[in-house]
Amino acid sequence: MPFKDKLFRLAKRLLVSTEEAEDATQEILLKLWSKNNKIENYKNVEAFAMTMTKNFCLDRLKSKQAGNLKLVHSNYADENSSLQNHLEAKDSIGWVARIMEDLPQQQKMVLQLRDVEEYDYDEIAVMLDMQPTAIRVALSRARKTVRDKLLEKHSYGIN
Amino acid sequence: MELTKIEQLLEKYFEATTTVAEEKTLKAYFSSNDVAGHLKAYEPIFVQLTKAKNETFTKRVPLKSKNNLYKWMSVAAAITLLFGVYFLQPTNETLETEYTQEEIASAKEALKLLAFNFDKGSQQITHLQEFEKNTNKFLK
Repeated sequence: MPFKDKLFRLAKRLLVSTEEAEDATQEILLKLWSKNNKIENYKNVEAFAMTMTKNFCLDRLKSKQAGNLKLVHSNYADENSSLQNHLEAKDSIGWVARIMEDLPQQQKMVLQLRDVEEYDYDEIAVMLDMQPTAIRVALSRARKTVRDKLLEKHSYGIN
Repeated sequence: MELTKIEQLLEKYFEATTTVAEEKTLKAYFSSNDVAGHLKAYEPIFVQLTKAKNETFTKRVPLKSKNNLYKWMSVAAAITLLFGVYFLQPTNETLETEYTQEEIASAKEALKLLAFNFDKGSQQITHLQEFEKNTNKFLK
């Protein structure tokens, strides 16, 4: 599957945890595999797979299981927060990743699909079932949030 | 790359009006080592975006081969069943084809003799049963 990495990266953007993202990607690939015969009927398999991934991940986030996982994840983060802060203060690239984690889901997805995977607005519109103008707005907001928070961190670091 | 052009692109970038190609030039500019001082602050964004694309899915997908195994096992079972039925059939052949009339006749005679003697034996058993009844009477 040539776009499995893209599916994985989208899943990871949404689910944060690598293990969860791997499980999700595996699930999606198996689903696609089982529908191997019907798949030719779809015009754009890649967009279809992306939509599947999006829906699957959002379902996971809603489900109880993911809630438990999130709890574990945040507990883990809390224990080591001071250490992580120390490390990441020096690493503004890590900060950008952190900021992107805190974006709303929709902005995360748009940013991932546009800035990381470099899809056209039309393609993203198909994948996320959104209007191109809405995508533009979400994208602009996401980019500005990342910029503002990053600059905030920078000035904080200097002071 | 002219600095003013990059600045323009950056502005357009945050308004989300850049094309994919323009975003690529931005990424390329910020991945190079000669980023202008006042633009250094934006560098991590584009570096992170470029880095994020390099992540790959390494887990192997276990395809359901178990299902296939069952399918093939059922096929094998069906075939062995057919073979079994096929090879069992010859034993059901009629006696006439396997033996001559004389042989059958002698076999019949032998069986008759056996039946006759068997009958004799079973008559003796009725005697025995009678005997048992009577002894039981005495014992009680």
